[in-house]
Amino acid sequence: MVVISKRQKALIFGGLVVSVSFFNQLFAAVLPEDRADILYHKFDGGGVVIDGPSILIRKSIKDTVSISANYYVDNVSSASIDVVTTASAYIEQRVEKSMSVEYLRDKTVLSINYGMSDENDYSARTASFNFTQDFFGDLTTISAGYSQGWDVVGKRDEPEFKFDASRKQYRFGLSQILTKNSLVGISWETISDAGFLNNPYRSVRYIDPTTAVGYSFQAELYPETRTSDALSVRGMYYLPYRAAIKAEARIFSDTWGVEAKNYEIGYTHPIGEEWILDFKIRHYEQTQADFYSDLYNRIDAQNFLARDKEMSAFSDDSVGLAVSYEHELLEWEAFDKFSINLSVDYIQFDYENFRDIRENTVVGQEPFYSFDATVTRLFFSIWY
Amino acid sequence: MIQSGTRLKLVMLAAVLLSGCSIQPWVKPYERQNLADPITFFGRDPISDNYMHHVRQAREIARGAEGSAGGGCGCN
Repeated sequence: MVVISKRQKALIFGGLVVSVSFFNQLFAAVLPEDRADILYHKFDGGGVVIDGPSILIRKSIKDTVSISANYYVDNVSSASIDVVTTASAYIEQRVEKSMSVEYLRDKTVLSINYGMSDENDYSARTASFNFTQDFFGDLTTISAGYSQGWDVVGKRDEPEFKFDASRKQYRFGLSQILTKNSLVGISWETISDAGFLNNPYRSVRYIDPTTAVGYSFQAELYPETRTSDALSVRGMYYLPYRAAIKAEARIFSDTWGVEAKNYEIGYTHPIGEEWILDFKIRHYEQTQADFYSDLYNRIDAQNFLARDKEMSAFSDDSVGLAVSYEHELLEWEAFDKFSINLSVDYIQFDYENFRDIRENTVVGQEPFYSFDATVTRLFFSIWY
Repeated sequence: MIQSGTRLKLVMLAAVLLSGCSIQPWVKPYERQNLADPITFFGRDPISDNYMHHVRQAREIARGAEGSAGGGCGCN
């Protein structure tokens, strides 16, 4: 079973495969550093615990080619509001593997990526191509990329249940060094989905006077196509005492009627040569999808039906703190340095039209749902 | 047939565009040590940043243009 919608799951996977390479190069056409990372991650909130390892290894060949491989695991234990109100708590595992190859020639970097994600009721494959070029004395960098995803949506205990979904992603980025202490970047991405986009486990709620509680459930039904556009701007300023301020804003809209925006500001402060502190705050808000409703007035009320809380109107606010210890390995020949890092984010979600139906009260008058979550990353990195 | 006034404008436009190709970098390579400092990077650690993208995309419907990782020195 799933904790999030299938549509989102496919995108997450595609996004991860892409982000490893494309956004690394958004601010300069250079090959990434040779390094290996091993990370333990944990999300704990809303009755859901997801944790697991991630390993990312990158190695260059003759300063013109860089190869990376990522192995990632999600161990999911879910008793979220969705499953406790319409299904049963469950445990599952998702494994993701991806590889990328980057090729540097003069001021151009070309990269290709391929990734696979598998679990008991869902599989995804994503391939992507990216291009990055520096201009104007390396003050300006443009990036462009394309990804194609192929997913197969299944359903636990129903082996004949198999539907396809495909995904195309087009992206463009431009970054500009403004001064010796500041730079800005702009990114645009259009994503288009087609196929089976809803979650086979999720249900919508409608008024049913024949039941004791006053409502019943039916399967949700999404459109079979969706296209979204996102535009983001980010900037960085280096402070005179060796610290950095970063800010980011993004606007988003899609053909399902959702509009969203988010803002983030961060501050990075080194202490001595070996410690770095990072602090950030972020706000996100979105409107609901056109066909979303917490409570329909009858069965089959519309052509399309959704009660995913991710499709409702809501906002979330987060604060994050990270501590890094970095040490150079001067006496080692094979390694340059290592770091140990701990990052913790606290996120508060507040839903504006998704009700907590665990509360027994008048139908349609239940309190709005909210929850908080803690996201932890503990990782070790070594450069060579 | 292109009129002389239009032709002059085209020549001027071409001159402006060509001059753009010869723009001298106003931040010289040796002035970019601050931008090359890892503390300026939008996400110094891709393995951690990719995971946070994952966390957000699972719970927010907005998607795309999440760029955060990457360095800033612009120097090959």
